[in-house]
Amino acid sequence: VKNEKRKTKSFILICLTLFTIHYSPFTVSAQIAVRGETVWTMTGEPIANGVVLIGANGKIEAVGAANQIKIPAGYKTVSAKVVTPGLIDAHSVVGLSGYLNQPHDQMQIDNSSPIQPDLRAFDAYNAEEKLVEWIRGFGVTTLHTGHAPAALVSGQTMIVKTFGKTVDDVVMIPTAMIAVTIGDASLAGQGRSPGTRAKEAAMLRAELIKAGNYKGEPRDLKAEMMSKVVKREIPLLITAQRAQDIMTALRIAKEFNLRIVLDGVSEAHLVINEIKASGFPVIIHPTMYRAGGELENLSMETASKLKQAGILVALQSGYETYVPKTRIVLFEAGLAAANGLSQRDALATITIDAAKVLGIDNRVGSLAVGKDGDVAMYDGDPFEYTTHCVGTIINGQVVSEVVR
Amino acid sequence: MKKILAGVFGVLLFACSIYGQEKPIAFINARIIPIVGQPIEQGILLVQNGRITAVGDARTVRLASNVQIIDLQGKVIMPGLVDTHSHIGEGSGADGSSPIQPDVRLLDSLNARASSLQRAQSGGITTVNVMPGSGHLNSGQTLYLKLRDGNIVDDLLIITEDGRIAGGMKFANGTNPIRTTPGNFPGTRAKSAALIREQLVKAQEYREKIRKAGNDKSKMPPRDLVMEAFVEVLDGKRVVHFHTHRHDDILTAIRLSKEFGFRVVLHHVSEAWKVADEIAKAKIPASIIMIEAPGGKLETMEVSMTNGAALEKAGALTGFHTDDYITDSRLFLRSAGLAVRNGMSREKALYGMTMAGALMLDLDKRIGSLETGKDADFIVLSGDPLSVYTHVLETWVDGKKVFDRSDPKDYLIATGGFGATTDREVHIDCFDGDISGGGN
Repeated sequence: VKNEKRKTKSFILICLTLFTIHYSPFTVSAQIAVRGETVWTMTGEPIANGVVLIGANGKIEAVGAANQIKIPAGYKTVSAKVVTPGLIDAHSVVGLSGYLNQPHDQMQIDNSSPIQPDLRAFDAYNAEEKLVEWIRGFGVTTLHTGHAPAALVSGQTMIVKTFGKTVDDVVMIPTAMIAVTIGDASLAGQGRSPGTRAKEAAMLRAELIKAGNYKGEPRDLKAEMMSKVVKREIPLLITAQRAQDIMTALRIAKEFNLRIVLDGVSEAHLVINEIKASGFPVIIHPTMYRAGGELENLSMETASKLKQAGILVALQSGYETYVPKTRIVLFEAGLAAANGLSQRDALATITIDAAKVLGIDNRVGSLAVGKDGDVAMYDGDPFEYTTHCVGTIINGQVVSEVVR
Repeated sequence: MKKILAGVFGVLLFACSIYGQEKPIAFINARIIPIVGQPIEQGILLVQNGRITAVGDARTVRLASNVQIIDLQGKVIMPGLVDTHSHIGEGSGADGSSPIQPDVRLLDSLNARASSLQRAQSGGITTVNVMPGSGHLNSGQTLYLKLRDGNIVDDLLIITEDGRIAGGMKFANGTNPIRTTPGNFPGTRAKSAALIREQLVKAQEYREKIRKAGNDKSKMPPRDLVMEAFVEVLDGKRVVHFHTHRHDDILTAIRLSKEFGFRVVLHHVSEAWKVADEIAKAKIPASIIMIEAPGGKLETMEVSMTNGAALEKAGALTGFHTDDYITDSRLFLRSAGLAVRNGMSREKALYGMTMAGALMLDLDKRIGSLETGKDADFIVLSGDPLSVYTHVLETWVDGKKVFDRSDPKDYLIATGGFGATTDREVHIDCFDGDISGGGN
């Protein structure tokens, strides 16, 4: 009888699923033409009266001026004043961190130990978290999310698309980076280690040495992950705000010949030459982050100053523990554009340059043939407060039609 | 004779021209958004002795020969912004000893040289309601400040017509004052309301004793700072600024204000969109905050960025606040932009940033719009107030420039960078010499 019940239950579930898919408000079939009065391809100058064709496989088939591209029969046409590549949030905790801010939806940090590279982001990501839908409505299609910058090694990060039911539906890169934080945010307190900055560095170095000696037997999940870092298979995402912490990150990267991405870097403007010389890319704190604590010297002009120095720069929504529970990279880039970055360069920090920093520019970040059909649509200058995002497309599928 | 004496005294007291220049200044060729009245193209704003002496254009304003002219071609002038709820200035309020502490004054804690005050200046805020603490039913007395350049809190105070230091009273409901650990704090919403009602009933009785005593000092009740403060609330001299999020909490705040007849401004009102008609019908003003994502706590899970539009449609007086540090005072104008993005009219959004706030703080006769006779509190913008690309170029309070983006020190405050958050140096009017060197 129990089995029967289970079968009936499964049948109902399947029916419901089919019903949901069939009556989904979103267009399921790809083959879509996106027209824009201005199309920011991010591969060159914006195209006036442009069109982007996305094929049945969800990839971009053609990009160009509307008078040069024939929209094939059967393609759905959508249009907007301004069209950009789907936006990329280069560093977030959304999906691990939920909007309710209650213990049950705050999965971005586990405080039991300061070093936990074995914590996988995809074991914690909630694809249906409201905040994911929320940022999607502003045009964000790709999200680099994971464990928070709140412990020395807090865990792994991952890269996802912002539409889909399960983590398997949305994952692009299951383990993108290992999140390391150097500075106040990693101090354990209560007499536990790390209790100082120097101790943080010593513990991290010890972990890397251990990983270098790791032979695979017996299995050690922590060492397994860190050995991938040592072998340069996975980069460290090192959050460091103070100038001295940035220098510690660079020092350790050099010592162990690591691939790293610098993150936060609120005092980057004090060590621009050193960052430039390292060649590492940077994901800067949100432009609107609060200036306090170890972030007291942050500047709205950091993105512009680093860009000017020739450093690869992405922006992020960051880690918020209260209100707002997430920031929106669209707004953060807008403010960077108001503080020294050109409109194009500001847009790059949340599209093509973000894709480069994350190593996914072969897939996303610009509107180019062969790339994923990820598009954001606006009814004006995307950065203006009074402009709306009017549509978001992922893999050729319209995944948001709210006006936000 | 009295008047002359007062005048002489005034000149002596304000020889350092705390209240602005004696020589008239004309700001010409700007687009002027006076808030009350239509925008003026190629406008003229005339300022003298800390007051606005004329607003108009070349046809309506005559300039005297001694007037100093500042050409603001291509720029925009609008009234200084009024932030109805902020926590700048490192002030504190009630402590953890009890949920109701109206005797505690923010006045007794403010650091007038805090960099947060300068940041607010750089955001175009000229008047601010600084709120004490959080996490109580009543966190104490709020303080209305003009963001003049000052060293001590006295330099920033606003004195009312009847000689009082202007300020309100902070109330809160919902989960903010609720504590689950046993003690004297409320454990439920109903208990919250009951505790406040109990105190206000006592205050009614205290007031009655005072009334009955009349001129007979022997019959006066002993001084009680808690009761005195609440009597000011009951008398409408101290407006209640009520932190409230959920729609049911909003209605409770309205219900209490009706029962005791206190004047109230609703703050945050995350679920205003659900009860906008009730707020409007009660003729109670609401001050909203623009947050770009829902949640962060349970009470704001249904916050809507359309609150401004909903309140406007319902006809409620709607203002804005930063709740700094929740949002950054430097970006206060962004609130209006986001409100318009979400359906509020441009006019009401800009009104909300200025005049609505002035009305909520009982300062509408002095500030909130650019009108002859009002305080010369205004800002110069590089462009449209609702654009992300627009910067506050200058902020003027009482006819004195308190922020100038072209000054490197002020620029640092506006954009951030090394040293941007350290306290302001001691500010001395009428003194250009080296402080340590003993003057000139």
